[in-house]
Amino acid sequence: MTKKILCTLLSSLMVLLFASFSFAQKQSEPPKVGAVLPEMELTKPKDTACLQYLGLSSGGSVFKIDQLRTKIVIIEIFSMYCPYCQAEAPNINKLYQLLESKPELKDKIKIIGIGAGNTQFEVATFKKKYQVAFPLIPDEDFKLHKILGEPRTPYFIVVKLNDKKQQEVIYSKLGALENIDLFLARIIRLAGLQ
Amino acid sequence: MKKYLFFAALSVFLFTANAFALSDAYNNNVYNTGDLKPLDSVLQVKVGQQAPDFKLRAVSGRIISLRDFRGKKNVVLSFVPAAWTPVCSDQWPGYNIVQDVFDQHNAVLLGITTDNIPTLFSWTNQMGKLWFEVLSDFWPHGAAASRFGVLRSDGTAERAIFVIDKKGIIRYIDVHDINRRPPLEALVKELEKLQ
Repeated sequence: MTKKILCTLLSSLMVLLFASFSFAQKQSEPPKVGAVLPEMELTKPKDTACLQYLGLSSGGSVFKIDQLRTKIVIIEIFSMYCPYCQAEAPNINKLYQLLESKPELKDKIKIIGIGAGNTQFEVATFKKKYQVAFPLIPDEDFKLHKILGEPRTPYFIVVKLNDKKQQEVIYSKLGALENIDLFLARIIRLAGLQ
Repeated sequence: MKKYLFFAALSVFLFTANAFALSDAYNNNVYNTGDLKPLDSVLQVKVGQQAPDFKLRAVSGRIISLRDFRGKKNVVLSFVPAAWTPVCSDQWPGYNIVQDVFDQHNAVLLGITTDNIPTLFSWTNQMGKLWFEVLSDFWPHGAAASRFGVLRSDGTAERAIFVIDKKGIIRYIDVHDINRRPPLEALVKELEKLQ
């Protein structure tokens, strides 16, 4: 009898847990402007150029955003399989080149891409196809994509790293950047880099 | 106790339900099917066998027969379940940027669903210009999928890849969990094995 009660109680608890989880999932959305970026561990790039770009050492297999030697991080959530991300790739490359051409900004603003549901091979394929110079991080099991609120792609989140190494979201938007000059001017203003 | 185990297993299953990152290209027009039974058909072919022939109309208007490629090209068949559904919508656009890989291995890609041509036309238009043919196995419904043993009980196809060599012999079969996208590297590895 006790076993029966226990089983019923446990079953009810699981149903309740699932219901609350489903509700929480439906509420899941990307971090809003003003929020702190959720903590996450990203796979460390293997190539030296990307490690240097991010200011990371070669040791270890993962890194956190607050380890990056910069003030602003532009995070593009993309997928090799997303037609809009493919179309947007040359535009983001231009943004990267624009930043690298400005000595006053190149160390203050960095770009990374997170390949939602993409394996290392798939992000490498995208990198090669579009000659992307900035790091693209695989997220094969959608772990980071879930932490970031499961946005459609491409999705852009810009974070500002403060002295306490907290990452404040200053931009969070679905869709292509379109005019990169306007985008960059906006980010500089929002980050107070002027 | 069995009941407890059942709910525990169910929760684990549901908690890890299918994850997909939909491209904004589909602008909220993708129907969420939820998590589906991973496999729902019985394979009718084996690696090493001659692939069954089919003749299907493509979105381009051409009539494509598997036999047409015999002695000329290796063929990759990519069956996907249905237009306007998750995972499927984020599979072929990936193949669309690796035409060079297919060319290197003298292979063509044929995308197949059991949808009709107008539906496939609207859906694939959102993917940009595709370099490969997209075939409709709509009528007689799922006849080609049936011959390969990848027609599901609801009339959709499995998410399946068949690699067929120039002699028409099946060299690789991956009837994948319908809720997951097959990793690109698995297909590339099989293409590399072809002569």
